[in-house]
Amino acid sequence: MSEFLTRTWEALTRRIDNFLFGCALALVGVGLVTLFSATDQSVARMTTQVFSFGFALVLMWVVANIPPHKLARAAVPLYVLGILLLVGVALFGVVVNGSRRWLNFGVARLQPSELMKIALPLMLAWYFQKFEGRINWKDFAVAAVLIAMPVYLIKRQPDLGTALLIAASGCYVLYLAGLSWKVIVGLTALGGAAGPYVWAHLHDYQRERILTFIDPTRDPLGAGYHSTQSSIAIGSGGVIGKGWLNGTQSHLDFLPERHTDFIFAVFGEEFGLIGNALLLVLYMLLIGRAMVITANASTLFARLMAGAITLMFFTYAFVNMGMVSGLLPVVGVPLPLVSYGGTALVSLFIGLGILMSVQAHRKLVTT
Amino acid sequence: MMRRRLFSSRGNRYGGSRGFSSPEMRNPERELFLFQRRLAVAGVLVLLAFAGLFARFVYLQVFEHDHYRTLAESNRIAIVPIVPNRGVITDRNGVVLAQSYSAYTLELTPAKIANLDATIDELAEIVDVQPRDRKRFRKLQDESKNFETLPLRTRLSDEEVARFAVNRYRFPGVEIKARLFRQYPYGEVASHVVGYIGRINDHDVERIANWDDAANYKGSDYMGKVGVELSYERELHGTTGWEQVEVDAAGRAVRTLSRTPPSSGNNLRLSIDIKLQEVAEAAFGDRRGALVAIDPATGDILAFVSRPAFDPNLFVEGIDSANWAALNDSPDKPMLNRPLRGAYPPGSTIKPYLALAALTSGKRTPQQTIYDPGFYQLAGSSYRFRDDKPGGHGTVDMYRSIVVSCDTYYYTLAGETDIDDTARFMTQLGFGRESGVDIEGELTGTLPSREWKRARFADKKYREEHRKWYLGDSISAGIGQGYNAFTPMQQALAIATIANNGIAFVPHLVKSVINLKTGEERPVAAQPSHTIPAKPEDVAVIRNALVGVNKEGTGATAFAGAKYVSAGKTGTAQLYSLKGEKYSASKVDERLRDHAWFVAYAPAEKPRIALSVLVENGGFGAQAAAPIARKVLDYHLLGAAEPGPAPVRGAKEADDESD
Repeated sequence: MSEFLTRTWEALTRRIDNFLFGCALALVGVGLVTLFSATDQSVARMTTQVFSFGFALVLMWVVANIPPHKLARAAVPLYVLGILLLVGVALFGVVVNGSRRWLNFGVARLQPSELMKIALPLMLAWYFQKFEGRINWKDFAVAAVLIAMPVYLIKRQPDLGTALLIAASGCYVLYLAGLSWKVIVGLTALGGAAGPYVWAHLHDYQRERILTFIDPTRDPLGAGYHSTQSSIAIGSGGVIGKGWLNGTQSHLDFLPERHTDFIFAVFGEEFGLIGNALLLVLYMLLIGRAMVITANASTLFARLMAGAITLMFFTYAFVNMGMVSGLLPVVGVPLPLVSYGGTALVSLFIGLGILMSVQAHRKLVTT
Repeated sequence: MMRRRLFSSRGNRYGGSRGFSSPEMRNPERELFLFQRRLAVAGVLVLLAFAGLFARFVYLQVFEHDHYRTLAESNRIAIVPIVPNRGVITDRNGVVLAQSYSAYTLELTPAKIANLDATIDELAEIVDVQPRDRKRFRKLQDESKNFETLPLRTRLSDEEVARFAVNRYRFPGVEIKARLFRQYPYGEVASHVVGYIGRINDHDVERIANWDDAANYKGSDYMGKVGVELSYERELHGTTGWEQVEVDAAGRAVRTLSRTPPSSGNNLRLSIDIKLQEVAEAAFGDRRGALVAIDPATGDILAFVSRPAFDPNLFVEGIDSANWAALNDSPDKPMLNRPLRGAYPPGSTIKPYLALAALTSGKRTPQQTIYDPGFYQLAGSSYRFRDDKPGGHGTVDMYRSIVVSCDTYYYTLAGETDIDDTARFMTQLGFGRESGVDIEGELTGTLPSREWKRARFADKKYREEHRKWYLGDSISAGIGQGYNAFTPMQQALAIATIANNGIAFVPHLVKSVINLKTGEERPVAAQPSHTIPAKPEDVAVIRNALVGVNKEGTGATAFAGAKYVSAGKTGTAQLYSLKGEKYSASKVDERLRDHAWFVAYAPAEKPRIALSVLVENGGFGAQAAAPIARKVLDYHLLGAAEPGPAPVRGAKEADDESD
């Protein structure tokens, strides 16, 4: 009996990377603790998040048990599906808050840009894997088109933040696939030069966000409110914080979206600089482990996929904390594994599952 | 092992810019190496980015911590002022003339309401909202900043409060507040004394900003606008209390952290006797005019009448336009504070003072007589200054000159007296300057002198001959016409000074200020201000003549049968230049008829009350003004108005009656 249990346990945990899983678990724990405070001790929210977490764990386990080369097969269908859905959004999408981002399927509303977050790097990794060893500039051009299509569709929803994040995930793959430094430097310079042109084509609310980011005080009750209030929350936390459940900014409703995108402000207010440092360490451990997995991956597809996931993980964490602490403009990015929200949690754990799959299957595939 | 490779790769000096495209790169080992190098570069960027974040956290949470903590506190804590209870105003006997009471108001914050008109329409279904309320609200809205909370309805009934409470959720930005209201139980009576309060406007805000206790007005919406409500504003206001409350982002108070209670404003005890005031006002009937009664021994103003008056209750919550137009456009000028802001030629009431000046300067002795043929002529001029009595009063000494009010006596005196000497003496009696009474807006009137005339006609449009003082100017000034113009307040003060044997007081409407907390009653200084430069025996001569006026002279009819000895002097101020013609009231438009004056004091030996009465366009002082004085003196001295001759309107022909 005990042997059966041991073997079952072994079967269950065989593909699980303990280190990565430990870090993720710690972050989810931090998230739940903060969530409890941010929602004024709402047990309902906690329960929902815990269920999402359970579901995400199952998916992670499933994905971790799928070898990378099988995952690669899903690349093209997923990507094509994603593009079709985005076109569908453009044609039949539901307008929410002035943006056409959702497809209504009667039972549920789907945001196809979420799917693209995984589908695009998957597609690109698959593409580079396919032409491994004979990749030339034409392949990069094709990849650029593959990136540009969804980015354009999402940008015109309009959802500039998500479009940029998805463009970033694609660019990470290009970078890791070996895009020439000259091109990278050149494109960066070009991007800088194109700034004024882009500015002229931004929507008013987008410009407003950027202007407000530069000077939040120009509209402290409107667009600058989020950033101003979250900076106040973090700054007033000091070194040791105001203590769990004692944040005044959060409990008196000054922080908007405090259990989702701005949960870090609640954390920073209640746990102070020490808490923030610990959180940064947790993220660095998780990203560090993910990088080790990436570096040891056995196929180009696995490497690119794992690398893109790792860097996207970093990007979400950095952009969120940067935005909440007033370093970056406000974009709708949750703090990975910490913010409330089932969709994000599920896709993040799928990402972790892919990383674990890459790690677990490296010897099997290595010839 | 992985890490070692990563680190060793950093030292490698291979051309980093080469892509996978070159043929030699097909080696998988090499590809892996390049991949790992790129990953390492990314890793370094990750570390740098996180270091940047950490630096930001240190900046926010260590270096700027105090700043943000303050911001969080000011976010969290709101200081809510608690408006103190305004002091009560009573008359000298403690009868309440102005008080505050608490009631519910329905208040709207326009900034928080999307569709104001629709909201008001919906509210009208729950509470009674009249078009008048809407109009007033709109007016308030025009005058105020948008984020202010403004009352739509005041004095809600309990039922209305309950109905709104049930529907409250439907009306964001609308709330019921308990507020203090000002009420003036006597309405029009003494309204020019008490004044009223009103909402603080931009002009008031500027004024308050200059006060050292400007912070005390943080929560105040109302302040005194007129009368003692204005002049004693800072006594009445009280000290604003503060409540520190924790608020949420919507500004709702979550809990109270600390509280400093307000302290009520001081009560005012006026020197006015409201019963006397009522008697005095009633005595005027529907005539326009003013009355000021002073206790000569203290400077206490016992009655202060300005007719017609207004109801101060109309102003408290902002007067509606119909009422305002009625008050403002009325030719009777009910808003004009006549005792202080009405300057009228004194007419014959000036004569006792000029006689006193002549005694003081030695120009006349009491026994010295003149012969009055009925007119006065300046040497070398054929123009006759007419006496009121055709044919003249015959031989007249000083006593008779006052008792019968002989113009020729004073024409003659004026012809011998320098106007500047007269002005200097008259200033001592309070003419041509502010009395110093404790409400605002007093006029100085006109006390003519050479200097005054030069300044009056200084403008370029006048020529030198306009500015020069002529003897003729002195002659008409000598009987209280010409340039002379005094306020009823100045007249009352002068007669009170004579009544008090030449010792002058600063008149005051507020007798004392009462601190509610300590119970301490602080009297408003009742010290003599100065003594006029006249010998007591000379003053006695004048007083004797004034008693004669009421006994056997122009005041005798009005004071027939009085149970006390009184002193008085009639006066008639010409508005219409007669140019030597006989005055015939019936031929003159009512508004151009003479103003009637009467000044008096009683009892003659030890005066307890001195007063001036002015009846606008009343005609002769003896007929229109003296009976009013009689009623007031009777009430004050005897406790009830004696039945006396009723005051008559000056419209009647009364040519043979001199004033």
